[in-house]
Amino acid sequence: MVATSDPYDSVGASERLSSQNTPLQHLLDIKSLSREQLIALVRDAETFIEVSERNIKKVPALRGKTILNVFLEASTRTRVSFEIAGKRLSADTINISGSGSSLSKGENLIDTARTLQAMRPDVIVLRHNASGAAHFLANQLQNTKIVNAGDGMNEHPTQCLLDLLTLSQRFQHSIDSLSGKTVAIVGDVRHSRVARSNIWAHKILGNKVRLVGPPGLVPELLCSSECFGPEVEIYHSLEDGLRGADIVMVLRLQKERQRDSFIGSFDEYSRFYGISSKRMNQLCPDAVLLHPGPANRGIEISGELLYEHRSLVEEQVRLGVAVRMSVLFRLATQGSHFPEVESSQSDVRKDETQTHRRKQ
Amino acid sequence: MTHPGYVLRNGDIVNPESTDSFVGTVIVDGDKITGIEKGDVEDVGDRETIDCTGKWIIPGLVDLHVHLREPGFEWKETIESGAKCAVAGGYTSLCSMPNTNPAIDHAEVASFIREKAKEAGFAKVFPIGAVSKERKGNELAPLYELREAGCIAFSDDGDPVWDAGVMRRSLEIAKDIGAPICCHEEDKSLSCCGSMDECGHSYRLGITGFPGVAEEVMIARDIELARVTGGHVHICHVSTARGALLIQRAKEDGIHVTAEVTPHHLMLSHLDVDGIDTSYKMSPPLRAPADVLALREALASGVIDCIASDHAPHEPDSKDCEFEEAAMGILGLQTNLPIALKLIHDSVLTRERAIQALSFSAAKIVSLEAGMLRPGRPADIAIIDPNQKWTFSNSLNLSKSQNTPFLAKKSKKK
Repeated sequence: MVATSDPYDSVGASERLSSQNTPLQHLLDIKSLSREQLIALVRDAETFIEVSERNIKKVPALRGKTILNVFLEASTRTRVSFEIAGKRLSADTINISGSGSSLSKGENLIDTARTLQAMRPDVIVLRHNASGAAHFLANQLQNTKIVNAGDGMNEHPTQCLLDLLTLSQRFQHSIDSLSGKTVAIVGDVRHSRVARSNIWAHKILGNKVRLVGPPGLVPELLCSSECFGPEVEIYHSLEDGLRGADIVMVLRLQKERQRDSFIGSFDEYSRFYGISSKRMNQLCPDAVLLHPGPANRGIEISGELLYEHRSLVEEQVRLGVAVRMSVLFRLATQGSHFPEVESSQSDVRKDETQTHRRKQ
Repeated sequence: MTHPGYVLRNGDIVNPESTDSFVGTVIVDGDKITGIEKGDVEDVGDRETIDCTGKWIIPGLVDLHVHLREPGFEWKETIESGAKCAVAGGYTSLCSMPNTNPAIDHAEVASFIREKAKEAGFAKVFPIGAVSKERKGNELAPLYELREAGCIAFSDDGDPVWDAGVMRRSLEIAKDIGAPICCHEEDKSLSCCGSMDECGHSYRLGITGFPGVAEEVMIARDIELARVTGGHVHICHVSTARGALLIQRAKEDGIHVTAEVTPHHLMLSHLDVDGIDTSYKMSPPLRAPADVLALREALASGVIDCIASDHAPHEPDSKDCEFEEAAMGILGLQTNLPIALKLIHDSVLTRERAIQALSFSAAKIVSLEAGMLRPGRPADIAIIDPNQKWTFSNSLNLSKSQNTPFLAKKSKKK
């Protein structure tokens, strides 16, 4: 017997990923989005901002739709944000956590997901501690849209979209103007899904990305051609990394990682990599500050900096709801072809009109 | 493979013992080879004749590294199903690793495996005993008893022998016994339960990496312990260029070190891993393309002695899950030889070297009188048609499991 070339022709991972130009069936990551898709998602979200500013913060856009928030890892901001987003769109939202579900009885993710799919949800929002879990679920389930709400160290696409929306609002209200900037991402990049999604996004948008932190948390391999590429710069000196940055994104130092000896101590980390007003004033006085939360005050960021004029932390949380409304709306009303912004805008406006009529 | 009296005629005989190849005839009586002749043989008596024109006649292959899963994990594989896979893949001798339940850490389990293999027929199965009790790495197993019960080597495969003192003592005893210690080389403080090679691609996917250095520091340690004790260290499934280099230098220094490589580490790289398809998850993980090239060279030159499958069957439940949760390992017994043929076809290995690495070299490491074509030896013979097109599929798979990236491509839904 002789092997034909077929069974041993390795299928490259990139070939196995979906094409960038297909309709958005799920929101699993940022890395596989085209520039047009990314911009359309952020623009979409802009149209949802004002819903949360109304007296009656509700539109009937997703009435009759069911959204399952399956959070198998601890979360406050993201879970609540998704829940509020679903409710503001009038969807039926159900929250499931690992500890209170069949998963705690030993059922595996796929069986749980199939069981849930049998109840005909329109969207499953998944937070999971394993990288690739959302992709896995999307491959397994035929008729349910999946939103990745954070999978292990891989990606956190809605956090990235809300970061972009926050920045676009800050920089002249246009996502298009968010290019040519210098973005310094500071801290535990190694383990951060937020960082990964943002690195992909800023590369797509044409921003200069700097990764700043100690070698264990910002390994050189991140700028290899197999990863983010050599155009992403690595700095182990906070001063060099921050100097001249337009955007500073501070990452949460994951305390549970300290056991793995990535850092010597929190005090040491704070001294060498902690962000303070003084440091920002010296190195990048005009920069804006982002933090995905929850923050370790006094470790990666000083308490007073969190609520300064340059800090967009609260804005991130506020706009996170709009982003999630936009994503849920787009997916629950079937994936449409990108770029297509008008349909969602007009649908929201139509919903608004119907709401006004009912009020009259 | 035995038959009462037959003649294999006009076959291309590849004898890895002498690296001598010629077109000729092999005569078998009962279960023994009784003659090997160049050219044709006129008088064959009433023996059955099998025309092997255009085919290769090679020794039955020898696999130093298989997980037959019995006792304890029979839903993954049994000795019988594994032995069937082996014969279908050209193998007649298997060495079964001790990570069973109970582990092969006492004579009764070794005897059980030998009995079951005898009952099953198909291939010969030689148990490998555990180095430490329950393979926990901290207390030596009864190596003399295990040897007496038929164990041909010792290993804690699946795990390293973590305690260097235990490793040293095991090498001292194994030297006395005349058997190798087969080492799964992994410093777990460096491998961090990684699911794929630590590389740019793993950072890209956000998957915890198992760096090559986790393997290399243990290879270095065990080479030094082999030097001190004079014992025989056999390095399992070498996966990095640096690991191969360490082995080369140790051999040059006269240290008793041998090594194996798996077909998947010769064919696939970490670029094939997408973080979703768990059939690409194994331990050690697939490494960089440069490592693949270095391993091919090391095998061709003899720095790496042999090819071993690390046949590791897993039921679908262990693999149809999140990549980081999935079990490590893939099937190998039915795909080893076809992959070797592809390496021959691609001029990576000569035919003689490939067959040697699959048979004689492997047998020599564990002192088995197998992997050779010699009058008076058992008629463990494989006949290969090198021109037959062959694609591995579920219908051909004889394992109880299906976990291999070499099955016909699965359609991807996205």
